[in-house]
Amino acid sequence: MTNAFDDIPGTVVFTGERARRGRHLNRFCMSLMKPENRARFLADERAYLDEWPMTEAQKRAVLERDFAAMLEEGGNIFFVLKVAAVDGRSTQSVAASLAGQTPEEYGAMMRAGGRSPEGLRSISGRF
Amino acid sequence: MARITAGVGSSHVPAIGAALDRGRTHQPEWRPIFAGYEWSQRWIAAERPDVIILVYNDHASAFSLDFVPTFAIGCADSFAPADEGWGPRQVPEVIGHPELAWHIAQSVILEEFDLTLMDRMDVDHGLTVPLSLMFGQPTAWPVRVIPLAVNVIQYPAPTANRCYRLGEAIARAVATFPEDLNVQVWGTGGMSHQLAGSRAGLINREFDTLFLDRLSEAPDALRVMPHEEYIREAGSEGMELIMWLTMRGALGPRVRELYRFYHVPASNTAVGHVVLVPEETGERSVTDDAVPRSAAA
Repeated sequence: MTNAFDDIPGTVVFTGERARRGRHLNRFCMSLMKPENRARFLADERAYLDEWPMTEAQKRAVLERDFAAMLEEGGNIFFVLKVAAVDGRSTQSVAASLAGQTPEEYGAMMRAGGRSPEGLRSISGRF
Repeated sequence: MARITAGVGSSHVPAIGAALDRGRTHQPEWRPIFAGYEWSQRWIAAERPDVIILVYNDHASAFSLDFVPTFAIGCADSFAPADEGWGPRQVPEVIGHPELAWHIAQSVILEEFDLTLMDRMDVDHGLTVPLSLMFGQPTAWPVRVIPLAVNVIQYPAPTANRCYRLGEAIARAVATFPEDLNVQVWGTGGMSHQLAGSRAGLINREFDTLFLDRLSEAPDALRVMPHEEYIREAGSEGMELIMWLTMRGALGPRVRELYRFYHVPASNTAVGHVVLVPEETGERSVTDDAVPRSAAA
């Protein structure tokens, strides 16, 4: 099923298709809401991930803290942010990595008023 | 009878809560944001609402993706601040108003708005940050709160128009609640911001300004705006703005804007805040009627 928002560049909308693909990745993320699970994950990340029926690509994305890959593999932004929370890492630094910028570059951009939508509305050029 | 006396729109950026909780409100990055709510803190201290119907979205705190209610109303006696992955915010427990919540649920469900009924629900920054912005850091919140959670993180979210019409139905429900209560409706989230994707960091001041103008003067234009336009102009997470329309719908056809504040940025987000009051549009009272009734007929 195609959606009108597929035409918006650089924008991940969490559809049902993504939810199905990311089901176990997002369930793993949700498990990090419990302190004891956070401790177990940090003690042996690979072993903890292997308890979940996730794809290898999903596990690798988590191990490498590759947030763009986590979204690509069906992760929902608010769920994968729980991996960042385990690391004590800010939402802004995750946003910077998704944008392909250093935290310094991204922070300066935000202080200067953020990323303009000009030229970033439409892949097809309709908007 | 209970009556809706005002509406509040406010962003609910988690980093604002963290700045407050960690005593950073006077840092240059955060000071303008808290200053932008000083008028509103004085206003609400004078208004002394009894109950706030607080429209917000949960961010993977109370709801996993195992079940995703489109609209969920909190009917519990109280709601605990959620542990969002680094321990709960050290803010007071949120005290509900179960009698009014159940009354609203019954009224709007029989009007065919099929709310999910929540008797236990932890509340995350989406709900507690606006409370902190409006009330500061009290030892107990000076108001009861009915949480109304809207799904905006699993597509499809409800339409903007559905959010507005739910607000209208809530207003009808409140008007038939027998207890004399001063009720406010708050719409939270937004304004423009995006996390998900390489367009992260998007801010659209022009759209946000238009949204705030139309919210008061021409909400019909916002009601018919499709999801993709909210996402394109305000960002993937900026679509939270549809929740402001429930607040707007609850205020009736005409409103007056008492206060507006806008600031970029709070972390990744444009902060917007308005205070609106309903204007009477029905029959004026006799003393307010300059034209004699016989002449008007």
